[in-house]
Amino acid sequence: MSGIPHDHYEPKTGIEKWIHTRLPIVGLLYDTIMIPTPKNLNWMWIWGIVLAFCLALQIATGVVLVMHYTPHVDLAFASVEHIMRDVNGGFMLRYLHANGASLFFFAVYIHIFRGLYYGSYKSPREITWIVGMLIYLLMMATGFLGYVLPWGQMSFWGATVITGLFGAIPFVGDALQTWLLGGPAVDNATLNRFFSLHYLLPFVIAGLVIVHIWAFHNTGNNNPTGVDVRKGSKAEVEKDTVPFWPYYIIKDFFALAVILLIFWAVVGFMPNYLGHPDNYVEANPLATPAHIVPEWYFLPFYAMLRAITDDLWISQFAKFITGGIIDAKFLGVLVMFGSILMLALVPWLDTSRVRSGRYRPMFRWWFWLLVVDFIMLMWLGAMPAEEPYTSLAAIGAAYWFGYFLIVLPVLGVIEKPDPIPATIEEDFEAHLAKHKAADSAQATPAE
Amino acid sequence: MFKQLAFGAAAVLSMGLATVAYAAEEGGGHSGGHVEDVRFPFEGPFGVYDQNQLQRGLQIYTEVCSACHGLRYVAFRTLADQDGPGLSEAEVRAYSANYNVTDKETEEDRVAIPSDHFPHVTSMNAPDLSLVAKSRAGFHGPYGTGLSQLFNGIGGPEYIYSLMTGYTGVQQEQAGRLYYENTAFPSGWISMPPPLSGEDVEFVDGSPNDLHNEAMDIAAFLMWTAEPKMMARKQAGFVGVLFLVVLSVLLYWTNKRIWAGIKGKKA
Repeated sequence: MSGIPHDHYEPKTGIEKWIHTRLPIVGLLYDTIMIPTPKNLNWMWIWGIVLAFCLALQIATGVVLVMHYTPHVDLAFASVEHIMRDVNGGFMLRYLHANGASLFFFAVYIHIFRGLYYGSYKSPREITWIVGMLIYLLMMATGFLGYVLPWGQMSFWGATVITGLFGAIPFVGDALQTWLLGGPAVDNATLNRFFSLHYLLPFVIAGLVIVHIWAFHNTGNNNPTGVDVRKGSKAEVEKDTVPFWPYYIIKDFFALAVILLIFWAVVGFMPNYLGHPDNYVEANPLATPAHIVPEWYFLPFYAMLRAITDDLWISQFAKFITGGIIDAKFLGVLVMFGSILMLALVPWLDTSRVRSGRYRPMFRWWFWLLVVDFIMLMWLGAMPAEEPYTSLAAIGAAYWFGYFLIVLPVLGVIEKPDPIPATIEEDFEAHLAKHKAADSAQATPAE
Repeated sequence: MFKQLAFGAAAVLSMGLATVAYAAEEGGGHSGGHVEDVRFPFEGPFGVYDQNQLQRGLQIYTEVCSACHGLRYVAFRTLADQDGPGLSEAEVRAYSANYNVTDKETEEDRVAIPSDHFPHVTSMNAPDLSLVAKSRAGFHGPYGTGLSQLFNGIGGPEYIYSLMTGYTGVQQEQAGRLYYENTAFPSGWISMPPPLSGEDVEFVDGSPNDLHNEAMDIAAFLMWTAEPKMMARKQAGFVGVLFLVVLSVLLYWTNKRIWAGIKGKKA
């Protein structure tokens, strides 16, 4: 691929030349795999491979699960039990698929926060970032749709609550909600369309993943310093980078193996830990569960949705200036989707020209506060909608927006960044020297 | 690198802190919802079902619970599973013959055969018990996060045990229905009369049939009906973990070797 000068594929034998002139696919794969990658990537750069693996795992297990699943309100729950009891290895397939979703979101959150810390969203990687956000949005849609399919109590009531969000939109809400559900309430028509879309969206994600990879292969990877690879000549490039194969593929595979080790232990020994017990009760439109709780990966956003109550001044204000069109419920929906929109807009909200948080002394504090805020919101999302949780969630939501709308724009102006290494090579060598010093310091007492 | 590791560690750390803080809450004084953490043989990564216990539980279900509750997702043939009660084929056939089911094709009532499921009992408005051990969580703390389940398990069988043993003997009438006080039931008042009081069944092998033991046996049996493939799953988990440990070690050395050249070390 273009961008960074490096060796390209040269067809040697007759057959290779024959293929290459007709379809340069081997060259495409070669260039993709041999892309010069900054030498100094740390362990936070392994999550991309984990995510690619998750997508493959979800599609592979999902395709087989579909062979045994029945999308009908009277049969869906029983067909899942059929998978758990009668299908060979069905219990593993389903537990892998259900926990695979959790691993997928766990990885994507670290991947996103990695990008936020090291400024991976900044020029020239805005499109990579935006495509990534689209993938994340589709992941949320797919995760939600998939959770409805087993047709348990949480499936049904989760679907009722989430589609109800669309109903909160002024004027068109009711019509939109009916259109989404295929009827006045969550029913067989809803289950069928959710099933169809749950099968479709992963392939859209797969397409976007290719675009995502294409985009950053064109700009080159970001790295912990945020310093660009020198692109003057191939020799210069070689000082700052190593080819992706074998250096990073083997490193990523090692990390993936360790993560899968933990994942497999969860699937084998505590597969229902992350699920909700109520989903082992078949959907019953007449019995509302005491607490309707989404899956853990939606909790921070669910907390922000519920934080917007009638008595907050901002809801009163919005209601007053729009003449009642925007009520607290709709404002909550706007806040929830807005919180994700903030992530998508961050390339233009961050005014600092320093990419990496490593050289931004003030930014670091605010960043870690954002991480704490996110975890706090996750906890609050699982709590009942009562005091003091809603007030805390309102504070959490305020900080989330404050970080993107106030902190990032202002920091870029007032912050004095630390000195930044001139090249990636310099950072890499300094890092090595530090390690060697630590090694010899450790070795001394033994001698 | 350590600075960056902190990145991932933050999430883990905050979880850990919450876990330490939980102990006080679990014993909190609600009127209901008190679940005792009893030990079952199938707990932990190497725990297995006790076949004799499952057979005793089946007997309790048959003689007591089945009057009102069904097991609609459980097929009679699975009673022969070696990872389950392990009845012989003849025993399964004899057992299923005790039940009448509606034939799916002829829609006529007939005697059940091993390939049928337990009947779906709806007469008493009592919930089906097939999945009850997975659809109830005994442990919720700390602060509703459920993180304590990491150590205690989700607590479904413990909940069943506590429900069976949690009747205080106090009852009250509300809107023409009788409610019984129970320390495990979330609201504290349950409409199910005490199903077990001790010595409800006689075990052929003379196993103890006091309330504690009966409650343990039925809870274990219902765990099996909810998760009949638990032992196969744990085995797959164990083999997979072992394989991934070896793979991780090999990849670790491969990675070190490959990078040695770049890092200027001798391989």
